[in-house]
Amino acid sequence: MMKNDKQLSLPVLTQTDIDLLAELSHACSVSGDEREVRKIVRREIQPIADSFEVDALGNAIAVRKAKTAEFTRVLISAHMDEIGFMLVNEEDPGIFRFKSVGGIDPRQMAGKAVWVGPDHVPGVIGACPIHLTTPEDRKKTIKESDLRIDIGAENKAVKPGMFAYYATKFSEMGSSVCGKALDNRFGVCILIRLFKECPDNVELIAAFTVQEEVGIRGASVVAWDRKPDLAIVIDSTPAMDLPRWDGEESFIYKSKLGEGPAIYTHDGRTLSDPRIINYLIDTAEAYGIPFQRRQPMPGGTDAGAIHLTQEGIPTVSMSVPGRYAHSAAAIARKSDWEAQIQLLYAALANLDKTLLAQPR
Amino acid sequence: MNDIPKIKEILTDLCSLPGVSGHETPVAEEIKTIWSKLCDEISVSRLGNVYALKKGINAPEDAHRKVLFATHMDAVGMIVTELTGEFVRFEEIGGLDPRILPGQFVTIHTKTGPVKGLIVMPTKSLTKETYGSNPIPLKDLLIDTGYEAEDLQKIVRPGDVISYANDPVSMQDDTFSGHTLDNRASVAAVAVCLQELQTIQHKWDVIAAATVLEEESMAGGKTAPVDIRPDIAVAIDVTFATGPGSKEWNTRPLGSGPALGFGMNIHPKLYELFKGICEELRIPYTTEFSPRMTGTDGRELQVALNGIPTIVISIPLRYMHTANELISMKDVRDVGHLLAEFVHRLDENTMDSLVWED
Repeated sequence: MMKNDKQLSLPVLTQTDIDLLAELSHACSVSGDEREVRKIVRREIQPIADSFEVDALGNAIAVRKAKTAEFTRVLISAHMDEIGFMLVNEEDPGIFRFKSVGGIDPRQMAGKAVWVGPDHVPGVIGACPIHLTTPEDRKKTIKESDLRIDIGAENKAVKPGMFAYYATKFSEMGSSVCGKALDNRFGVCILIRLFKECPDNVELIAAFTVQEEVGIRGASVVAWDRKPDLAIVIDSTPAMDLPRWDGEESFIYKSKLGEGPAIYTHDGRTLSDPRIINYLIDTAEAYGIPFQRRQPMPGGTDAGAIHLTQEGIPTVSMSVPGRYAHSAAAIARKSDWEAQIQLLYAALANLDKTLLAQPR
Repeated sequence: MNDIPKIKEILTDLCSLPGVSGHETPVAEEIKTIWSKLCDEISVSRLGNVYALKKGINAPEDAHRKVLFATHMDAVGMIVTELTGEFVRFEEIGGLDPRILPGQFVTIHTKTGPVKGLIVMPTKSLTKETYGSNPIPLKDLLIDTGYEAEDLQKIVRPGDVISYANDPVSMQDDTFSGHTLDNRASVAAVAVCLQELQTIQHKWDVIAAATVLEEESMAGGKTAPVDIRPDIAVAIDVTFATGPGSKEWNTRPLGSGPALGFGMNIHPKLYELFKGICEELRIPYTTEFSPRMTGTDGRELQVALNGIPTIVISIPLRYMHTANELISMKDVRDVGHLLAEFVHRLDENTMDSLVWED
């Protein structure tokens, strides 16, 4: 148990959070062009930030200074970018060849509606009518190179080089939220909330990073520049907690919906700092906040770059579990989202220099 | 043309409503509302076909001839087969390519109201067979509603019908995308025809029929002639437009106007008649060659009763049976206009002209 757990009133999820997540989900920011999300971030936190900068890559870094004499400098990073498509050639008027950006299973493409370019022009990734296919055809995945984005007819303002996105309207479904790019608009949304309600005892360096989906490129330069005492990466991790065909329990799920935020001990790029892992777990237990350990498996977050920066930065990742990342829509539980805000808040509020004074 | 927004509005309403084969009531009610303003009588058959009668003039009661415009109103969809934890398994209604389903939003129509769901693929190790990077067949796809298992079990039951849930969208240059444009585009085209007939004198009775069950048994098309006893039958449906993934001989460009059917289901004189009207009025058209049975109500209408001279007229459409079909509104208006001009030309001599010349 923690030694000094304070009496805290933990933040709760509000309609404001849900509305902001919806707006962030509808924003279109493929890796390399994160403008739409950055604009929302700027609007939300620049007015209350002690400093707000956009660096050479497009990372947005906001700082909120501590109000205590003793404080810890904490970098919290959330990537702004999402997977999507780039138009690469107009083959017929209004019909474009495209390439995916950031890793999309081609089985998630055919027949989906998209928004194209900064004006979000509606389009579809058309699929051949079933009547013109054979049963053999239907056993083969339609390759990305055989699919096209179709906007119906020519529009001179739509050109190769523009990005396209799944045209998914955000919604609340049952106990869940559903939308595109929840990987990682959850992180962005949570970091905005934390920035607004940051405990006094930390200097919060909020990094809204670029190009995570294409090789974790934004976060490393932020960490290099700011040299924090420790870093927490917030993201959305895949939950593969779907049923098996025979009803038996599946033991490979990475994370599960409804069991709280997933704390990373080990992923494809990072062995998290055990001091911070244990600190988060102790905090969760002290305040009765649900959490789960993410199953150690491939995949990675901004932590993969941050922990190797400068002389090394003690780092951990914590994610809201989300099903179906990198497809048209993800589904995640509101309760996990709220618990992640609470755990981060409680962890920051109790943080002091003693944590990293311990041996790793 | 000032009817552009109106017909688009009508089509938007039609495409926003469910009406999966066998469960057409929601869309049938809307069609009754739309057509009733444009006809003399509305009725519903025992199987659920909606009939709109627009009476002809200047003919003695006993000499009334009747033309039937049959447009099926049902849509492909799905049906719940079982619940497994937080998830729903399902089967198709009509023909669906499972490759277009992952990532598609659907509505499950439950006893307590509509429930939104997302069609999803299981990950590796969750299926009996190993698919690798190949498509997941329908039997292994799932629907996630966002509900926890306990709540889901209270709401959704096997047998609940599932429809596509995405909203229709206006696209570039008068094109339009959405689910179920097959065959709601034709229902809208018939509305265009009925609108034009408000100011056109016609001798024959016109009966517009929105038929049920075309995608499954064609039961609506089979039984409509028994109710109506038409002299001529026209099936209005959609056909394949040229586009990515379909560039074969049997496709035609979007915006190329009505596709006039030609083949064993079509009376050749009716084909000549329609072709003649297109040429006279400079309505663009293509001929759709059907060396086999057409996949439309036309093949049932032709052999109904003691045989009915029949033609199939189609609206070109891309990506048929996906949730994002695509049409040109221009084709909808052209088909409606052609039907109205056809009605205008029907008279006491028409039937005598529909002969086989040997």
